[in-house]
Amino acid sequence: MASSKDVIHSKLWQEESEPGDPFTATACYCSGYDVYGELLHKASYVDYLYLLFRRERPLPHVARALEILTIALGNPGPRDPSVHAAMSAGVGGSPAAAALMAALAAGAGSSGGAREVLLAMEVWTRCGCDLNAWQTAIASPPVATRQLVWPDIDHFPGFSPYARDVSIPVRQTLEALADCLPDGCARWLLDHRQAIENLVGLSLAMPGVAAAALIDMGITPEAGEMLTLLLRLPGAAAHALEQGEMGFRRFPFFSLDISNDPGPAMPKEGTAR
Amino acid sequence: MNERPPLETFEGSLNTTMGGCFPGERAVFRGHDLHAELSDSDWIDLYVFGITGRRHTPSQLKVLHAIWVNTSYPDPRLWNNRVAALAGSARSTGILGISAALATSEAAIYGRQIDIAIADFLVRARRAIESGRPLSEVVGEELRTRRSIGGYGRPVAKSAADERNAVVLAIAKKEDLVGGGYLKLAFEIEEFLLSGRWRMRMNYAAIAAALALDIGFSPREYYLYLLPAFLAGMPPCFIEASTRPEQATFPLRCSSLIYEGPARRAW
Repeated sequence: MASSKDVIHSKLWQEESEPGDPFTATACYCSGYDVYGELLHKASYVDYLYLLFRRERPLPHVARALEILTIALGNPGPRDPSVHAAMSAGVGGSPAAAALMAALAAGAGSSGGAREVLLAMEVWTRCGCDLNAWQTAIASPPVATRQLVWPDIDHFPGFSPYARDVSIPVRQTLEALADCLPDGCARWLLDHRQAIENLVGLSLAMPGVAAAALIDMGITPEAGEMLTLLLRLPGAAAHALEQGEMGFRRFPFFSLDISNDPGPAMPKEGTAR
Repeated sequence: MNERPPLETFEGSLNTTMGGCFPGERAVFRGHDLHAELSDSDWIDLYVFGITGRRHTPSQLKVLHAIWVNTSYPDPRLWNNRVAALAGSARSTGILGISAALATSEAAIYGRQIDIAIADFLVRARRAIESGRPLSEVVGEELRTRRSIGGYGRPVAKSAADERNAVVLAIAKKEDLVGGGYLKLAFEIEEFLLSGRWRMRMNYAAIAAALALDIGFSPREYYLYLLPAFLAGMPPCFIEASTRPEQATFPLRCSSLIYEGPARRAW
């Protein structure tokens, strides 16, 4: 019998078991809802996802917004560093978990990754829908926090360091989310996008759209970071499998230019160094 | 922040000074032929050369080794090691379990986040003190703004002396590497914290950071050097969990979940 101290406290999950089989659950409850007895039949996947993160069922318009975000973030495409990393694992025959761990690592950062969503959500938390507050925030962008393991940010979170204009998919996602979330940050962002882009000097990017929508859904920045990591995994998984099937010969290996190459140590006879 | 060359500039060959391989021929490591010039290197020497671009003396390497060796605890209860043990229990692969345990070591209350924070603080504190500010003021400000100093106090044993400190210090002393300014500062900070109401002793993070900074590491170099610091303790946790019956490491019965959420409700 375990020590009475070896317990897990949770506001989220409860299990029941038969007296003779204490390690097999006969019923599981998520925030009070019977998962296998009721949710399987009545809840959608995004309802359940929201329930896990917020411990309450979503209003219909919030569930629809989360569904849109799930599709928008679901596959960043093979050019994205996270998917590229997953494919690099897939093409070499690494375990499936290694492909997803690779996607998580390369998709975790402050340049296009989940950390950028967290930082952008912190900007929303501070500034809300107040253009003057945004102006102040842009003048003093987020600095490295105590978590110095994260590198300094290279661009204002939520905006693209390279895009010449807001991309059509980013705009389409924002419009779809603003339709479902008419009274919040997503709608305000749609209405004030150009003004904010002018202040930042960069075009809006997908992490900025996701951040606004997640704030509207009542998600905390920490949960938003986690959810972003999670929602981006399906594409990484699918592309890792695809490239695994294609084989490494059809996967780019790129070329290197080593500027301090000492050259062959023992050149073959008649070969110039 | 906005001045950056377009991505078109970076298409084509990847420019590097770090190295690469010429399959069937040779490999270049930071401007050196790996097999001709570095082939019999001590592994930590090569690893740290890869991070810093600098080579280190045998004495410095002994201390760097000692910092790793003396914090290698094969205790599967420790949160990072537990990841390796649970992976073994669930019959995952050793590399997946241990890689995830290493990533877990980038923690906020122990491990890499503390390590880089204390190294960063020691650098800032030394600069401030050298520019004339009293130590009490510098440490007091840090405690006010960040509530704690990572290298002092310990979550699992707040007031006890850290069992690793004297061991590593003795090795550093033997190698004549205890005369640096950062080590002196780390002890001065401990003295200040012990004499005040905080009653916090220096833990391993502070002494290891001070020794490495005195060797010439920057905080970020130090952070990367420490990546395998807990590694040696992890495979034993994985292996033993793999030898127990499946799922038999830290089993939890349903009743060990103490539910504190909303009452049962209908969807």
